[in-house]
Amino acid sequence: MTTDVLGARIKRVEDPRFITGNGNYLDDIKLPSMAHLAILRSPYAHANIRSIDIAAAKAMPGVAAVFVGADIPYNPLPMAWPAGGSAGIQNNVNTPRVLATDSVKWTGEGVAAVVADTAAQAFDALDAIIVDYEPLPAVVDAEKAIAPGAPQLHENAPNNVVFEWSVGDKAGTDAAVDAAEVVVRQRLVNQRLIPNPMETRGNIGWYNPGTDEYTIWMSSQTPHIQRLLLAAFVMGVPEHKIRCISPDVGGAFGSKIFTYADYPLTLFASKALGGRPVKWVEARRESYGSTIHGRDHITYLEIAGTRDGEITGLRVKTLANLGGRLSTIGPGIPTTLYARVLSGCYKIPNVYAEVTGVYTNTTFVDAYRGAGRPEATYVIERAMDLFAAEIGMDRAEIRRRNFIAADKFPYENPSGLGTASGGAKIYIDSGNYEPALDKALATAGYAGIDKAKTDARKRGKYLGIGLSTYIEVCGVAPSKWIGAVGEGWGAAMWESANIKMHLTGKTVVTMGTQPQGQGHETTYSQIVSHELGIPMEDIVVQHSDTQGTPFGYGSYGSRTSSVGSTAAIKAAAKIREKARRMAAHMLEAAVDDIEVDGANYFVKGSPDRVKTIQEIAFAIDLAFDPPEGMEPYLDETAYHDTPNCTWPFGTHIAIVEIDEDTGHVDLVRYVAVDDVGKKINPMIVDGQLHGGIAQGVGQALWEGAVYDDNGQLLTGSMLDYAMPRASYFPNLELGETVTPSPVNPIGVKGVGEAGAIASTAAVANAVVDALSPLGIRHLDMPYTPQTVWRAIQGAKGGQA
Amino acid sequence: MPVSEHIAFVVNGTPRELDVEPRRLLVQALREDLDMTGTHVGCDTSQCGACTVHVDGRAVKSCTMLAVQADGSSIKTIEGLAAGDVLHPMQTAFWEQHGLQCGFCTPGMIMTAVDLLGRNPDPTDDEIRHAIEGNFCRCTGYQNIVAAIRAAAAAMRTGAGATA
Repeated sequence: MTTDVLGARIKRVEDPRFITGNGNYLDDIKLPSMAHLAILRSPYAHANIRSIDIAAAKAMPGVAAVFVGADIPYNPLPMAWPAGGSAGIQNNVNTPRVLATDSVKWTGEGVAAVVADTAAQAFDALDAIIVDYEPLPAVVDAEKAIAPGAPQLHENAPNNVVFEWSVGDKAGTDAAVDAAEVVVRQRLVNQRLIPNPMETRGNIGWYNPGTDEYTIWMSSQTPHIQRLLLAAFVMGVPEHKIRCISPDVGGAFGSKIFTYADYPLTLFASKALGGRPVKWVEARRESYGSTIHGRDHITYLEIAGTRDGEITGLRVKTLANLGGRLSTIGPGIPTTLYARVLSGCYKIPNVYAEVTGVYTNTTFVDAYRGAGRPEATYVIERAMDLFAAEIGMDRAEIRRRNFIAADKFPYENPSGLGTASGGAKIYIDSGNYEPALDKALATAGYAGIDKAKTDARKRGKYLGIGLSTYIEVCGVAPSKWIGAVGEGWGAAMWESANIKMHLTGKTVVTMGTQPQGQGHETTYSQIVSHELGIPMEDIVVQHSDTQGTPFGYGSYGSRTSSVGSTAAIKAAAKIREKARRMAAHMLEAAVDDIEVDGANYFVKGSPDRVKTIQEIAFAIDLAFDPPEGMEPYLDETAYHDTPNCTWPFGTHIAIVEIDEDTGHVDLVRYVAVDDVGKKINPMIVDGQLHGGIAQGVGQALWEGAVYDDNGQLLTGSMLDYAMPRASYFPNLELGETVTPSPVNPIGVKGVGEAGAIASTAAVANAVVDALSPLGIRHLDMPYTPQTVWRAIQGAKGGQA
Repeated sequence: MPVSEHIAFVVNGTPRELDVEPRRLLVQALREDLDMTGTHVGCDTSQCGACTVHVDGRAVKSCTMLAVQADGSSIKTIEGLAAGDVLHPMQTAFWEQHGLQCGFCTPGMIMTAVDLLGRNPDPTDDEIRHAIEGNFCRCTGYQNIVAAIRAAAAAMRTGAGATA
């Protein structure tokens, strides 16, 4: 290919609009006669609604309408990914209604809505709504929620259990644990996080009474899925009467995948108002109760092995707190995306996991960056450190000893990736774990760490080093697997692309994926430029509008670079093939004699008999003289269903210093050697890693959603929730190994989540290592100064 | 009807007059009344800095100031930073150093960074990280933002199109 932008560090084509204030985010959109909606949210975590008096609110200045749940005829929101799919495992499903009708299950559940001429008027009128609540006892902790005597949230969910699901070989694992020389046990809490994209959610609903069509602008990762779910499950409106548009999305991290109650709410309101567009923009404090949270597992782990460090069994029991009602794919996260990858990069022969989903009086929990895989990585990486400490083995060596060997791929792990019923399996496609480990150890100075620890002690610091040798599942997913009976997600997960080359040679690429900051307009341009030999500046990438883009499943699960890119490559191949046939016609040669070099289509052996793709586009788009039977235009659509997921891996190493007197943890160095396969744009890859690492470090050191026993969210604003700041981080040191994925033609794997998956465990292991001279073998996150100081005082026998 | 106050200020060099409710925030006046949506709202507790603009030459979180308090002042927003088609060196540096991903924090981050370099033309990395503590970014881990500000500082010290 003559154009070689693929793999280059190319500045992003989206950036000019963002650096000049010309982005177009949801709240930037203003439509003629637009009204504003505000939602009254429950102040109680658990209560029955006796009555709602909206009379005074209706009389407030500027108020156009006030709605309560009983006004809205739509169905409750869908839950699309039950644990175990349709394999017959009982899932006790309760999902939110557009507005609550009889009861509320968490602080922040919507109970009424006001539409007014201005946002201020709508908010003012909320204060005039009188809700008579009957407060009920609340429970926020999953372990307490399943205990006898706990407050019960739902009649159809005895003991607040959503599902009980298991995976792996129970008998074999029980036998391995019983027979093992060494078994280490630990209770781990993976605390609840709040995703916090910098743009909150929001949407504008517009009903067109002339055409009976609904349009919604939404800050969403999945406009096509939202159209399908709103049509088929919520509103009872045919799919072709709904149009979903995602404008520029200001970050998402999973939180904007789902079907939220506010989507049908603004559409309903717009129709009720005769077609006035209705805007709702989530306030930040509101978002902490109305947008999903992530993580929140309590896990009991048992890891078994030999005295010389061979791991023979892993048995895990996890309680997953899913909130007061279920979000769209809440049960899928702690099952398929967590328990099936618990054994990570290790050849552990016996793995068994039980997962119980639990209702509590908290905001619903669903996919947040990494979604199950950070929780799994935290379990196995803490387990490896605990086991190494127990037998007195070096922590790098125990990992090396148990790695899946480089010649064992594709590898079928024992925790069930290959065991979905119906015969659909996926495998760990590729891997070569030791070079990444070695490179990270060398970069971090692992061999000299004892001296660094001694030096730090002289300064009143405890220095610790932590490893996380992770793997990650990207590129979700083969439809026959992800949609298989027994796995869940009752839908496919292919991707789509359309390429149109107009007669001037300018090219429009429309994609079914949906960016939220990842730079898709740049990377897809690089790919299509490479494939068709046309300049990047001649390419525009469009996305995110169900009218005009092919159906796509959206962007999450680090799937765009593998699945979406392959769809674009396939569409480009179709364009090339049609162009070859047209070139043959124009050059009066046989199709088989036409060779392609970048944009040039020439007769084999006669490079001067040549047509450029731009000349070909002009000719076939005008179609004055096409070959017999050829339709006009270079316009091709391709759908790609991936044959497998992709499996990045790497070693992350954190070095921390802990102040003995204050318990303050300082992240001193952070080394990450990642293998994400080939890279489309290494600059963008680095940026994804930086951001992911920062979010994972955030969980280890600062972040955590805290509820009091009554279900009040104590970390209910950005003032209270510990968002990571620039001054908290050292310069992150990135390195790479490159093991191309065999799953797609570029050899990419995906990188959106890798940083967040690896980094939490690395920092946790570093903190525990630092505190190990005090006899501390485990500490739950986040490692705030108070938590660490108490642990130090406790270990020293002081007052904690 | 709510009481309204008449205010006059200069925004990006253009005199503007508005009648606003006393409770109207400066960021609301910019976004809603003047249709300048480059300045963003990311929180409601003055933590995130997405709304940062310059008021009389100093960086201010425009959600923390009432519009009436801006009466008589001169305001610069992200829309007024470039000189026509010529980007400010800070904008160029954010672009070249991949200092943004979703772009939502970017206008506020850039305005804060320009303010920093006005006070300290050659900041260390630590000084840069401290100066942007009041601006949250959830995408970049801040690393390339720091690199961008460092690059912009170098460019502006050598006079490469500096217009701050």
